[in-house]
Amino acid sequence: MRLYLKSLMALFCLCFAGSAHAQLSIDITKSEFDPIRIAVTDFQSDDARTKQIAQDIAGVIRANLERSGLFDVLEPAGFVGTAPDIRYQPTFADWRVIKAQGLVVGRIVRDSDSRLSVEYRLWDVYGESQLEGLRLGTSPDNWRRIAHQISDSIYKRLTGEEGYFDSRIVYIAESGPKINRTKRLSIMDQDGANVKALLTGPGMVLTPRFDRNAQKIAYLSYEGRRPEVYLMDIETGRREKLGAFDGMTTSPRFSPDGRKLVFTQMNRGNSEIYSFDLASRTSTRLTDSPGIDTSPSYSADGKKIVFNSDRGGTPQLYVMNADGKNPKRISFGKGRYTAPVWSPRGDKIAFTKSGGGKFSIGVMNTDGSGERTLSSSYLDEGPTWAPNGRVVLFTREGRGERGLSSVYSVDLTGRNLRKVPTPTGASDPAWSPLLPTRSR
Amino acid sequence: MNVIVSKGLKLAVLMTAAGFIGACSTTPKVAEVTPPPKPVEKPVFADPEPMPAPQARTQAQTTAPVFTPLPDDYVVPGSVEDFNKTAGDRVFFGYDQSSLTSQARDVLRAQANWMNSYPQTIAVIGGHADERGTREYNLSLGEKRASAVKDFLVSQGVDPSRITTVSYGKERPIAGGSTESAWAMNRNGHTAIIAGANS
Repeated sequence: MRLYLKSLMALFCLCFAGSAHAQLSIDITKSEFDPIRIAVTDFQSDDARTKQIAQDIAGVIRANLERSGLFDVLEPAGFVGTAPDIRYQPTFADWRVIKAQGLVVGRIVRDSDSRLSVEYRLWDVYGESQLEGLRLGTSPDNWRRIAHQISDSIYKRLTGEEGYFDSRIVYIAESGPKINRTKRLSIMDQDGANVKALLTGPGMVLTPRFDRNAQKIAYLSYEGRRPEVYLMDIETGRREKLGAFDGMTTSPRFSPDGRKLVFTQMNRGNSEIYSFDLASRTSTRLTDSPGIDTSPSYSADGKKIVFNSDRGGTPQLYVMNADGKNPKRISFGKGRYTAPVWSPRGDKIAFTKSGGGKFSIGVMNTDGSGERTLSSSYLDEGPTWAPNGRVVLFTREGRGERGLSSVYSVDLTGRNLRKVPTPTGASDPAWSPLLPTRSR
Repeated sequence: MNVIVSKGLKLAVLMTAAGFIGACSTTPKVAEVTPPPKPVEKPVFADPEPMPAPQARTQAQTTAPVFTPLPDDYVVPGSVEDFNKTAGDRVFFGYDQSSLTSQARDVLRAQANWMNSYPQTIAVIGGHADERGTREYNLSLGEKRASAVKDFLVSQGVDPSRITTVSYGKERPIAGGSTESAWAMNRNGHTAIIAGANS
């Protein structure tokens, strides 16, 4: 964490004139397309001490692009000719031999013992032009983040959408059989690196969620006299109970402006949704119906809340104004709908749907139209959005006593289902926004 | 203290009036004189074994206690084991249901009778759900179930201040499988006597 906060990033375009003819790009909203063939060369280094980092940065970029499903990342072993020097235009013909459409080259300059500059360029091999160039300053131990930021730059230049690689995931690390499972609050980078336990106490922790700065999380903990929502500052480790409430509290989510939190309070069998003002520390009840109202999630503009209610007999999705007024049911398909979460782009709601012995992750427009299924298994649940609203993570749990939980990712078109590598079982992922790029 | 265990041999001290374990600080104030529970019958046994000497006693006793080895299935009245055996500590629910079946009501009537007989006891009701529901929904469902159990016990005369509820959702299954029978086991309300029981 310390590294992330310290990282200071200097962004400026390296000056190579780009030409204006038809450029390499990909439309990620289409479900059928040819992945871009891209070659990422090992970065060059003028200093023996940074040679390994130069290679590792290229490795992380290749892995990120490959995992996105949008790129066909070419094997370095098949490259023809010598690695291009970033200072000169590459020999494009060498890269057309292996049908590379995009070419990434870079180098590390050691400014001092504690500072590196990392430069990169993205070339359009057939257009023979530079598409992007960046120089990023950092401390040597922060090289992974630089690799993620370069990946985001490449992704953005070729898709026209913000990337999501410079981000983290809080999740619950699980171990043991289902009847005796331990659940610990953990955090990792988006690609599964830098796994760290955030809490080591014995109390079970569930459903962590990030605030908009990726600095605070809210979660449900069983450490106290009764299960309640807690807040934690990831940097300092400082944590506190959300407040003193009458009953159990669950299901926290921050508002997009970070000033509020919505959560569920349970009392005498009745679950109701409340908003909590973090400055005044006052709560306001938003729902009033017998039975279950839970899993609230703010819209991207903070004006609405999607939530889960069984007021109609079975669990379904509803949207209400942020003050609780005007609740309207939006899910009408066959099955039970739970765990809705509004996309950070504002255009979609992801949810869990169950029925017929299966649990699916789906998305729909915010009025309930255009429902699509992204994945399905014995038990898929709890979607969380990538910062750019193009990928979701969710929990997949296996059948039976030893059925393990894992975190999976799938993109919005339902393609590219992948398991996120974790050292133990993993559940309840929450994807952070893009990390802040300036120290504070 | 009314139990002394020596070298694994289960012994009980049967005293003329049963004492009770001091309740923890969360219990309501315990009356000075507790109503005596149902008289304990001295169990009959065929092969008395020599009495081991009791371990050092912490309190002087005015009346010499009678040490009686007990059969293996002997249950101390007013103990958690007694509660589990005479009443049953779990009731079960249908899928996505929090209404009490007639079977569940029978169990809860027995639980209420027991709690009414041992009015110093304190219970926590845990509400549980099977794995076929999402996490937050199941936490709410577990809370509904725990509350249904509490409400019924209160309707049978148990003071509401003696019962708290907590939901575990689907996080604490008692059966690990993914079968109809495992799911049925895992949809339950569990009454745990956490204070005031004899031991």
